[in-house]
Amino acid sequence: MTAFLELSGLTRRFGAVEALAGVDLQVGADELLVVLGPTGAGKTTLLRTIAGLETPEAGTVRMAGADVTTASPADRDVALVFQNFSLYPDWSVRRNLAFPLRAPGRNLSEEEISRRIDWAAGMLRIGELLDRSASRLSGGQMQRVAIGRAIVRRPRLFLMDEPLTNLDAKLRESLRVELAVLRRELKTPMVYVTHDQAEALSMGDRIAVLDRGRILQTGTAEEIYRQPADPVVACQLGQPRINLCPVQRIEGWWTATDGTRLLAAEGESDGGTLGVRPEDLHLGDGPITGSIRVVEDLGPHQVVVVHAAGQVWHAVAGRGRFQAGMSVGMEIARGKVW
Amino acid sequence: MSFLTLQGVGKTYPDGTKAVKGVDLTVERGEFIVLLGPSGCGKTTTLRMVAGLELATAGRICLDGSNVTGLRPSQRDVGFVFQFYALYPHLTVAQNLAFPLEAVGMPAVERQRRVAGVVDRLGLRGLLNRYPRQLSGGDQQRVSLGRALVRTPAIWLMDEPLGTLDADQRLALRDFIREQQQELKVTTMYVTHDQEEAMALADRVVVMEDGLIRQVAPPGEIYARPASLFVATFVGSPGMNLLPGLLSPDGFRPDGVDVFLPAPPAVEQPVRFGIRSEHMTLDGPLPGTVLLDEYLGAWRNLHVQTPCGRMVVRAPADRRHKPGDAVRLGVDASQASLFGADGRRL
Repeated sequence: MTAFLELSGLTRRFGAVEALAGVDLQVGADELLVVLGPTGAGKTTLLRTIAGLETPEAGTVRMAGADVTTASPADRDVALVFQNFSLYPDWSVRRNLAFPLRAPGRNLSEEEISRRIDWAAGMLRIGELLDRSASRLSGGQMQRVAIGRAIVRRPRLFLMDEPLTNLDAKLRESLRVELAVLRRELKTPMVYVTHDQAEALSMGDRIAVLDRGRILQTGTAEEIYRQPADPVVACQLGQPRINLCPVQRIEGWWTATDGTRLLAAEGESDGGTLGVRPEDLHLGDGPITGSIRVVEDLGPHQVVVVHAAGQVWHAVAGRGRFQAGMSVGMEIARGKVW
Repeated sequence: MSFLTLQGVGKTYPDGTKAVKGVDLTVERGEFIVLLGPSGCGKTTTLRMVAGLELATAGRICLDGSNVTGLRPSQRDVGFVFQFYALYPHLTVAQNLAFPLEAVGMPAVERQRRVAGVVDRLGLRGLLNRYPRQLSGGDQQRVSLGRALVRTPAIWLMDEPLGTLDADQRLALRDFIREQQQELKVTTMYVTHDQEEAMALADRVVVMEDGLIRQVAPPGEIYARPASLFVATFVGSPGMNLLPGLLSPDGFRPDGVDVFLPAPPAVEQPVRFGIRSEHMTLDGPLPGTVLLDEYLGAWRNLHVQTPCGRMVVRAPADRRHKPGDAVRLGVDASQASLFGADGRRL
């Protein structure tokens, strides 16, 4: 991978809070990197530091091999899209899109400006909205225009700060696909920040999990989902969340605190935390007895909440077989112990 | 007689805007009903008319045998659950939870039992003696939801109560709401735009669009047998794949491609052939090119461009594809939904 963006040792404090605590990260020249983390993890500070809106106390930002740590935002030639649609409400969509192209120093001809607007409008399918006033757009349309305003500039790097968070669930789902496909067509690198695990899994060529200013793990969605480095990372991905259970090795079994044998023990450790993905928890006539508390019928599958081995478990099951109140036998198909 | 009945209920604002255009709905005692639809579909207005926070400009609302259409909120026995619920700052978590029960004069023994149930389900045991200002935002929200659901009015009305929470908390509180409702059997009407939340919570889902009810059915049926194109695309993540084409005695022929997909024998007519992503296969006659391979942990959503439009296919998590890969798609025709030219299910 040729890295376009290289961050090393980035550190930033706000009073007593260490927003970034030595972040090392690389983003390839044709890569979408998702930074996933809960509120307060330092995601926005990280983006603002890459954009040049914050200066780090320590560490460097390099783009295309050059040190830009102290360069102005304009000199970095990056485009930032925020969660809140920042359009000029009284302007037409066309004028909003033209605005970044008319910035002093750009010197683009009117012909070129109009060519780029048509190109971006085609990409984002907002051609029929160009003459409409921004205040008359729906939320989804506004965010499309905001993304359009980022792409008309043809920047070297896209920075996205939870751009889909304020949209309806349905719209979010379709825009995340559009955005990933669009990015690939543009072949421009992107850093995409979110707390939404489905967005991270779906969009990221790679994911970096950020927590309290530190990168906990970096890898493809599959690597992080299947081989999380620790329970904190494991909980960041997957919905319903991974099941966690404290276990001890007793007579070759990972055993819960109430004595229930959960899974044949491997490795050397005496115990720790067992993590089991909901789809790896099979319900039917397995050896672990439990009682079903809630069944959620989600369409293609059910999410079944089971009480067993002294705690609550979430399982994903085929449709129509289980009901609240039933007793059930559980089997753990695979799990990981930290 | 049904517990809650809406007959021809409508809301027209003074400026002429019709938010709700004549809604008929019956809800049984103890039922959990979810109003689902995109923003502007009239779901919140409908809920607010049941609460009495808005007055209906047409139709009749009956609750537990009495006509409440013109009554004020305080004259109806409803518990309205908002997204944000202020806690009493000078009361501890335990006192905040017990307060609504004391206010209605519930005996202490029953009160303690009820509060203990909520405390266990929400995992608040360690926080009982704290004051609201000592809690995180998420914990405050848990306490406020617990306080709202400790009381048992005739009906709980909930307007996107989980709207702004993190995904993780939303899921936990969703379980709490469902368990609490199943135990106390309080009739519930819940509004959301999130189809997954609707499916997870509801006994029956009411899908609304443009001020009208489009379908009322249990989640499984809404998902498998949507009444219209709108319901088919709005419900499900992803929405149903829809191929335009021609139904004939030989099967279904999608527009723009010379293949036949199996379909129930029928007279020739133009239809939309609807099929869920999990009922598509990667060993059929329909050619396509992979646009995006979305890894989602337990499975993958393969987005495929075909001559008759873009489709999503659910594939096993360990079966990788690259953008540009050629695939051939098939369908499990027994699971197909067919829609006529008017958009309704055939």
